[in-house]
Amino acid sequence: MLLYLSKRIARSFLTLIIILTVVFCLLRLVPIEGYFQNFDKMTPQQIEVGLKEMGLSDSLPLQIVHFFQKLLHGNLGTSRIYRSNVPVSDILADKVPVSIKLGIWSMVVSLLVGLPMGAFMARYQYRWFDKIGTFFIVCIQAVPAAVYFLYIQLYGTQLFHVGLLFQIDDPNYWILPVISMSLGNIAFYGMWLRRYMIDESNKDYVRLAKAKGLSEGNVMFKHIFRNAFVPLAQYIPTAFLNTVIGSIYIESLYSIPGMGGLLVTVIKKHDNAMVQGIVLLYACVGVLGLLLGDLMMVMLDPRISLGKKAGDR
Amino acid sequence: MMKQFSYRHTKEAELIENMEEAELFTFGGYNEAETEKTGFSNYSYWNSTLHAFFKNRIAFALLVLLMLLLAFTFIQPYLPGQYDPNLIINDTSGMQFRNIPPGKQFILGTNSIGQDLWARIWSGTRTSLFIGLSVALAEAVIGITVGVIWGYVRKADFILTEIYNIIDNIPNTIILILISYILKPSVKTLIFAMCLTGWIQMARFIRNQILIIRDRDYNVASRCLGTPTVRIIVKNLLPYLVSVIMLRMALTIPAAIGNEVFITYIGLGLPVNIPSLGNLINEGRALITSPALRYQLVYPTIILSFVTISFYIIGNAFSDAADPKNHL
Repeated sequence: MLLYLSKRIARSFLTLIIILTVVFCLLRLVPIEGYFQNFDKMTPQQIEVGLKEMGLSDSLPLQIVHFFQKLLHGNLGTSRIYRSNVPVSDILADKVPVSIKLGIWSMVVSLLVGLPMGAFMARYQYRWFDKIGTFFIVCIQAVPAAVYFLYIQLYGTQLFHVGLLFQIDDPNYWILPVISMSLGNIAFYGMWLRRYMIDESNKDYVRLAKAKGLSEGNVMFKHIFRNAFVPLAQYIPTAFLNTVIGSIYIESLYSIPGMGGLLVTVIKKHDNAMVQGIVLLYACVGVLGLLLGDLMMVMLDPRISLGKKAGDR
Repeated sequence: MMKQFSYRHTKEAELIENMEEAELFTFGGYNEAETEKTGFSNYSYWNSTLHAFFKNRIAFALLVLLMLLLAFTFIQPYLPGQYDPNLIINDTSGMQFRNIPPGKQFILGTNSIGQDLWARIWSGTRTSLFIGLSVALAEAVIGITVGVIWGYVRKADFILTEIYNIIDNIPNTIILILISYILKPSVKTLIFAMCLTGWIQMARFIRNQILIIRDRDYNVASRCLGTPTVRIIVKNLLPYLVSVIMLRMALTIPAAIGNEVFITYIGLGLPVNIPSLGNLINEGRALITSPALRYQLVYPTIILSFVTISFYIIGNAFSDAADPKNHL
């Protein structure tokens, strides 16, 4: 177990370093206007001095080394346009907790709604509950999120009597963003749990349980659900990444002062240092999310043998 | 079971009863042509697939509607009395027709700077569909090629798996944002950015399937008989994957259209002089606070939702139909 754990973590760490390097190199290709507040009024000499100051005129490998050195000290660079000369990490420190809170709430809601939905759809297969659920899933999956988020905001704000401007202390203002962010994952969990439970319910041990005279509900939840949930754990990392992506759109739509909303803002303002910092942070979140998902699956199912995992993917 | 058995029994008894006594005790004879006869079936894969697909009335209706829609986006500019999607229309006194609600002169009204929404919607649908179809096609071509190599060539497996592990770790949207941020916004850039992440999922899928069926008996037999590898791949492996490839392609189109809307929203999309559904929805969103102008958001979203839902349903129906297990 420990060997597997350390191997898996080391692997993630290596991946992270590669990703950071690639992203860093790619971001060297951006137009340099994004590094200065009033680029249009500057003379070429001033620009050169400015670039030198930021260490951007060094060779690429040297820049990468400097970047990692700074990163070890928790220094993500300095914002130039969004807020002049404030370290990126300081700006992010205010924003990240909000995003995390939103993310956790939406994960909780989507699990609490999505799992029972999938289970009941499997239990009452081909009846009206299953049909309504399938219709819901098709709609959520087929219509782009960018569109239904807009309508939820449009009609939801009237329904809950909340303004368009987000107020962080009022719980009413959290309802709509959390619902919007959960919908995609609810459909996701619902669809896969239904599928796995239906597959599982045709197996012999379920027939045996029924033949023994156990009640339908008992078989459903004690036998089928527990087995069907294991492959679902595999999808939790994907669901997690969905949440991360949803947050970019939703935080910006509801002007929630979080990381995702910030990304949209700094992209519009072309602040290169900020974009770099946030993109790197998102890459880390992605790697971490997949790592946790893998570990969770190993813990949930004792049958998955550790260390041999790479063999039969 | 019982019923069948008794049925056969009575049938046989009937047959014997009807035979002449002499006939019962003569030899049947040996007919060489008769023994060589084998079962013949006029089964054709694509015919059966189409037949199964047309049975699904909803999917078929949607397909027809979608085709008409696609044809109309191309016909529309040539119809009489159409405006240019980028033309700012002025009235006789030189004032722009701003925010005119849908009516006689402008079928779907005008937007906030006086452009005809009807023309913009069709032009935008054309752009968005073009992006979606190009992405789906490019992903399929790259994905299938790489996937086949990945699954079939053992030496390539390690490297490609490592590449996959790295790309898979970054959320796709982040890559999309990054590429769009670095490059200048245009239709080509968007297609490029979307293909950059999509193909690897397709390739991995193909690779997994090929690993499963590569060493099945019929392929081993084929290899022993000296069939060239290319022929094995094209004739033995890929037809097996038609249904899943079609499904993935059909689902890529709505996803690409949705991504375009998203990228436009965060300010990295197409310039406004290239109308796209993303652009239109984004323009409509800006007017969300005044209910009288909501038509500028509603019409583009209706078209968008229709296109994406149609592709989703058609894709699912077609992949069901393309699976030989569902053929009768």
